[in-house]
Amino acid sequence: MCLVEMGMPMRDSGTGEPVLDADGNQKIGWIPKPVIGCGTNVAPGMRVNTDSPLAKDSREGIMEFLLVNHPLDCPICDQAGECRLQEFAMDYGRGYSRFVERKNVKPKRTRLGPRVTLDDERCILCSRCIRFCQEVAKDDVLGFVDRGSYSTLTCFPGKELSNNYSLNTVDICPVGALTSSDFRFKMRVWFLKESPSICTESSAGANTLVASREGQIYRITPRRNDAVNDTWMTDSGRELFKQVQSESRLTAHRSDGTEVTLDAAVARSVELLSNDEIAIVGSCNSSVEEQYLLRKLADQTKAETHLPGHFDDDDGLLLSADRTPNLRGALATGMVKKYPSDNLKPLALQLGKGEVKTLLVVNEDLFALGITKEQIKKAKIIYVGTHENETSKLADVVLPGLTVFEKNGTFINRNFRLQKFFQAVPGPAGLIPDFLVLNRIASELSGEVAESLGLESLWKEIGKLRTSCLKGIAYREIPSDGLALDPDKLADLPYVEGPALNFSPPKVKKAVKAKPKVAKV
Amino acid sequence: MIKTVVIERKPLSLSERTYLPQIASGLKTTLSNLFKKKVTLQYPEQRPSIPRGYRGVPTLVKDPNGREKCVSCQLCEFVCPSKAIRITPGDIPEDDEEQSHVEKAPKEFEIDMLRCIYCGYCEEVCPEEAIFLQEDYSLSGYSREELVNDKEKLYEMGGTLPDKHFKWDKKKTEEEQGNAH
Amino acid sequence: MDAELIQMLALKVTYAIVMVSVVMSIAGYTVLAERKVCAWMQGRVGPNRTVLPFVAAIPFIGPFLRNLGIFQPLADGLKFLFKEEIVPGHVNKFYYYLSPIVALVPALTTMTVLPFGEFTNAEGLTTTLVLANVDLGILFVFAISSLGVYGIVLAGWSSNSKYPFLGGIRSSAQMISYELVMGLSVLPVFLWVNAPGMTGSGLSLVSIVNSQEDAAWLVLVQPLSAFLFLVALFAETNRLPFDMPESETDLVGGFHTEYGSFKFGIFFVAEYAHVVIGSAIFTTLFLGGWHFLPWVADPWAPGLIGSLLGVGWFLAKTFCLIFFFIWVRWTLPRFRYDQVMKLGWAKLLPLALVNLIFYVILVTYLDQAAAS
Repeated sequence: MCLVEMGMPMRDSGTGEPVLDADGNQKIGWIPKPVIGCGTNVAPGMRVNTDSPLAKDSREGIMEFLLVNHPLDCPICDQAGECRLQEFAMDYGRGYSRFVERKNVKPKRTRLGPRVTLDDERCILCSRCIRFCQEVAKDDVLGFVDRGSYSTLTCFPGKELSNNYSLNTVDICPVGALTSSDFRFKMRVWFLKESPSICTESSAGANTLVASREGQIYRITPRRNDAVNDTWMTDSGRELFKQVQSESRLTAHRSDGTEVTLDAAVARSVELLSNDEIAIVGSCNSSVEEQYLLRKLADQTKAETHLPGHFDDDDGLLLSADRTPNLRGALATGMVKKYPSDNLKPLALQLGKGEVKTLLVVNEDLFALGITKEQIKKAKIIYVGTHENETSKLADVVLPGLTVFEKNGTFINRNFRLQKFFQAVPGPAGLIPDFLVLNRIASELSGEVAESLGLESLWKEIGKLRTSCLKGIAYREIPSDGLALDPDKLADLPYVEGPALNFSPPKVKKAVKAKPKVAKV
Repeated sequence: MIKTVVIERKPLSLSERTYLPQIASGLKTTLSNLFKKKVTLQYPEQRPSIPRGYRGVPTLVKDPNGREKCVSCQLCEFVCPSKAIRITPGDIPEDDEEQSHVEKAPKEFEIDMLRCIYCGYCEEVCPEEAIFLQEDYSLSGYSREELVNDKEKLYEMGGTLPDKHFKWDKKKTEEEQGNAH
Repeated sequence: MDAELIQMLALKVTYAIVMVSVVMSIAGYTVLAERKVCAWMQGRVGPNRTVLPFVAAIPFIGPFLRNLGIFQPLADGLKFLFKEEIVPGHVNKFYYYLSPIVALVPALTTMTVLPFGEFTNAEGLTTTLVLANVDLGILFVFAISSLGVYGIVLAGWSSNSKYPFLGGIRSSAQMISYELVMGLSVLPVFLWVNAPGMTGSGLSLVSIVNSQEDAAWLVLVQPLSAFLFLVALFAETNRLPFDMPESETDLVGGFHTEYGSFKFGIFFVAEYAHVVIGSAIFTTLFLGGWHFLPWVADPWAPGLIGSLLGVGWFLAKTFCLIFFFIWVRWTLPRFRYDQVMKLGWAKLLPLALVNLIFYVILVTYLDQAAAS
């Protein structure tokens, strides 16, 4: 409620002629009372004064009303620093309190759901969270009870705010009423450095901001991109940063079971890859650059490439059926030609027959994909990945990789949108980005010394791919909100994603057009 | 009207050019100082009187009811120009009868006295009036670790100071007697 | 060698050792005096903590001595002895070690010709208290004391470092400049003392002193000569306002920047030994030596007591001069290097020449007047 002073050009009530002042300008008839800014329609010739003593005084009054029952919690409130009410109080407030009566007391730690805690005292009853649950999450569980200053936000009886988008209510809450139970009291927001990143949970490719301080990630919040995720993201995607500090993180290069230097591990890999009969298992979690280098490596060694997909249910919003961020990258770089399936049966057969001597695995667990220990015995394994799994335990060479939070790169999401992500925190000591490791292996295989390689120069190479939709793209020119690619020949593959927020699958385009579009806020 | 006036420097007289009168007057000054009262303070035995508002070692204080006042808002950590302060925030569990209404308190609070520059910004910024630069000025230790004051030591040095507001106590009273729902 | 010669040699060596230790302790306590006087002039109290355990227990006297810092030189000396001996890698080792010795030896050698009292035995035979009554006296002093500069120049050169080097260069330039003035300023004195009709003999310092007995001190007869000599003395002893070789503010530590522990201590003591000897020589030349006051006969009777009182009087005058040295140091700022050179060559040297010519003419005139 921003109160402003408003006036209209004066007209003579009898004749309708404009009333002019001495200079010949039309006189303005100011309305003696302030009007509500957001509730006033614009009309031709209307004058608005937002800076008059009356407007200022009114604003201060409104601010005072808002703060009457708002607790002085800023020192302990997680919203402090990104609180709209705090900002307004600074910009338009009186600067001191005249309120000597007792403030309202309300519950401070209501648990609205598994991830959201409500502080009722701080709530200013804006009802954004209620509207979000109704309109975006389609899980209508929140509402106000009681009246006046007794009004309280609650869940409907027997329900709780447990849907996968509940933390978005925390983001849109203008004050610190709804707080994330996970982030509560962990770190003040003004310490956090926010790095743009991409959610790796599914092929939706939600744009995110990774907030970190001194190399430690504290939370992930959505970043607005109206072509991808609007301003939302899933709760499950916000927890992905916990893998960075995981116990099972690979931090040392290993060769034949002993820890070695990077140089030794690369040398051993090159030795193993110099054999014939090589197979490469790529990953849809790798960045476009890594997938391109894997393709290059496959061309060099005449290796056969395999790519397992990871599929699950589609929620029609931002959690798509394809649970990897970059399946389309593997197709666009030409690392694989076919649409991936969720197992590696052809490779299992080859392994069983002993047709594969060396196997390069990137970030996938072979045993989870239908390969048995007997089959694998006959091959040497090179594992490039971030975390320990059954495959890495068996591998002859282990090259630890960096997670998406520790490196730069690009993903292609379900809309064929090429999006950049950036390093938020430094990786474990001694590790170099995966694409540099792959580049070293590729260079040393052809007997060259690896050049120092940046993403810019790598993309000059990628941009030369003749038959790919990545042709002619320079890394620098990819905008921060992504670049829509033309899928061209890749459009007709059997993609698993169903219609969702800002996305309609190519094959069902017509059917979708008939229906009303997915709600967008 | 501004006018530039060049003031000629007077030439030195003969006696001035020998420097001797000036030397003599200098000698007179130093000689008279020889017999003046000495201003030295015999430090370890005599201590200087600490003026009001002196900025000594930063400490954490408790309110007269013995409640720790710091709520780990980390503003001091933010404002500290030499990054001497490090706070790990923690929450006060709900079943704490006495203080659960405050919700938040520091789990760890460290001030690295090797970095501290005694600027007093932390005291100035503290919204809870929990950190004070008190009268201690002499601080020494044998190792770097020793000079990092932890929470326990900070409270020990800080003691209790009078409180004008009792903000959280008022809040508790409100909770108990006020417009509770 | 006959027994008498051996006996005499033994006696002289004993005298020499006694004298060296006395001069060295005076030098040590001059350091203390410097610190104390400096502190007092700046409103401080100076060293007042050092004390020997058993002395501290004595009521009144113990705390008094402690407050006076009497034991400070002892502590300083021990500190220099026990400090870590650091020799920078870039120095010329031989000369680096040699230079403190070269600096100290001339300072101590000059005192051999320095008379400090006289003893009249029961038979009325007067013996001057001096290690060697050399006829060349003052020449010997000049010859030896100017060797002291070699210590500084060597230290500056062997340190292989720019600041000591600059300090050494400045020092040699300054020494050469003021040596001239010093020599020229003393010539009228000897001219006066050895004038026809006077009873003096040669360049001996003893005869200078004796010429002032019961007569005007030479500082009253020849104030300009005394002034020139004093200024040159300041320069020769590297004291402020002429401490070019050290000049902490622009040369770090000057010639001794690369020196530490006892080697630095020796430089330090040598500087103060120079001050002590310089004051003693000034006393001898211009302040009547061990004689009481101008135109006043010694009030003390000849004999052991009188002799001791005379030596004490001589020391008192010397100490006053040392105080003057300190006083000036904490009053005046340092001259710039070019000012030092200009003052030496363009001001003091012509003045000394004029002074000499004036006294040559005066003595000649007086001589003619006396003859006619």
